[in-house]
Amino acid sequence: MNIKALGPRVLYAILLPVLLLALLLALNVGPVEIDLVKGIRDWFKELTTIESLILFDIRLPRSLLAMFIGATLGLAGAALQGLLRNPLAEPGIIGVSNGAALGAVIVFYYGMAGFAWFLLPLGGLIGALIAVSIILLLVGQSRSIITLILAGIAINAVGGALIALALNFAQSPYAMQEIVFWLLGSVANRSINELLIALPFMLVGWGMILYCGRFLNALTLGEETAKSMGFDVARLRLVLVLGVTASVGAAVSVAGNIGFVGLVVPHLIRPFVAYEPRRLLLASGVTGAILLLVADIAVQLLSSNGEMKLGVITSLVGAPFFLFLILKSRNVLQ
Amino acid sequence: MSLLSGHNIDYRIDTIRILEDIDIEVEAGELVGLIGPNGAGKSSLLRLLTGVEACSAGEVRVDDKPLALMPATQRARRMGYLVQGAMAYWPFSVEKVIELGRIPYQKWWQQPSVEDLQKVEAAMTKTETLAFRNRIVTTLSGGEQTLVMLARIFATEPELIFADEPVAALDPYHQLHVMEILRNHAAENRAAIVVLHDLSLAARFCDRLYLLNHGKLDCCGSISEVLTRENIARVYGVDSHIECGEKGVSVTSLSRVSEHHP
Repeated sequence: MNIKALGPRVLYAILLPVLLLALLLALNVGPVEIDLVKGIRDWFKELTTIESLILFDIRLPRSLLAMFIGATLGLAGAALQGLLRNPLAEPGIIGVSNGAALGAVIVFYYGMAGFAWFLLPLGGLIGALIAVSIILLLVGQSRSIITLILAGIAINAVGGALIALALNFAQSPYAMQEIVFWLLGSVANRSINELLIALPFMLVGWGMILYCGRFLNALTLGEETAKSMGFDVARLRLVLVLGVTASVGAAVSVAGNIGFVGLVVPHLIRPFVAYEPRRLLLASGVTGAILLLVADIAVQLLSSNGEMKLGVITSLVGAPFFLFLILKSRNVLQ
Repeated sequence: MSLLSGHNIDYRIDTIRILEDIDIEVEAGELVGLIGPNGAGKSSLLRLLTGVEACSAGEVRVDDKPLALMPATQRARRMGYLVQGAMAYWPFSVEKVIELGRIPYQKWWQQPSVEDLQKVEAAMTKTETLAFRNRIVTTLSGGEQTLVMLARIFATEPELIFADEPVAALDPYHQLHVMEILRNHAAENRAAIVVLHDLSLAARFCDRLYLLNHGKLDCCGSISEVLTRENIARVYGVDSHIECGEKGVSVTSLSRVSEHHP
């Protein structure tokens, strides 16, 4: 692939306007057509009109959520690919996604989701935390990155099995459908509350990941060399894993599993940042935000009744695209 | 006072003893060779001396101060470590790889400064890698890659360079080039410690040699003290022919010694 790397200024001069455009488009899409300008004007005048309600209570939380979750998945994918020095890594690989999903499913299973809006995301966050705690216990003092991957696979398997168990014994077909639909991943019908509960965890997670950027660059030459460059490899690996847990755990907790964004986005962007893991982080975050916004627009345009889930379209488009990327880049990555 | 010294170094992994009671001293201006058969503990000793791994007992001192107490950034700036078979995992350009050598001078949010880029330039000049600065490092030949990895270390401007078999698998031209670069480094009142398998090359470039065997220091000293027929037969288990001419010492392995059990 002969893609010329772009300087940071050029790259963000392209990405940021596109992000803004995607956000504006997303705010314009919905089952009913509204006058955006009127909505904003009414909101500032503190008038409760249909336009301001739809814009600020329905579309803005949904779009912002899609944006932040996309950013989280892109950032976390780039971080894990850098840490494992493996372009096939994705946020789910350390078991966080399934842990969070299991936590949320347990809330559904016991019918607690209806009691209070915050129980579902809370369950997801607790699930993610338990998953990463078990992984860190399993990995312990081990120096090997393989142990981390194997522990992640094991936790993913356990999480998947318990989710299957919950589906198996779901009280009613309706409960089962509810769980399955939630698992497919969606940002529809989320309020500003979900955004507010997830955002702090995401921001902290992003900060922890970005802090490790220089370490990820050093890791390009291997762990031994990174150590000789003054990095405490074990500590920074922990910071990175916890950062991914906090941000991805929060994302899955409010929106379910949204696949392929974390895997595909870093692939897509890598040539443009000259394969530098640190620059890849932020660029993947912004690109992830754009892609998930666009995917959410597509979901709404393709099925106006809201049956199509966001996670379904990201996988449907992401998987073949990933295949295409592998075919194109197999000569560059050995 | 020596620049680097190791005192009674022991190193164990679980219960397996890798190194036992090693003493080593390196003065400024010296190029010191670590030699010994496979599995003698050369690489392990190098890792302890660089501070990448901690000794199980004994200590490493730099400027007569314990290495273990030196802040990590300080250590990274003063000591460059070229790992065995060093390679880049991502297809970086040569220039970007060498820029990584400036990391110990940057805070976590910083980008390379003008000064950093000047040091990168100087490192490329020193290692003669300017010609392929824009090439992708993973597409270079083994010899060129080694030069780039060395340039990365020179960009850090360390006093001490530790190189683990830097010339293994290189052709004679690149072997000489790499060894010359390391000797020039030592000549600037700095020092380099190099693990070598090629005894003739060790004899030609090193000021002093440390011969390791089964995790213990067998002997150390000048070339003529260490590279004797008896020592080589005892440690390597090979009968050898050693020729000292005015153009240097050359060691030729002739046959295996039958009673040697490695």
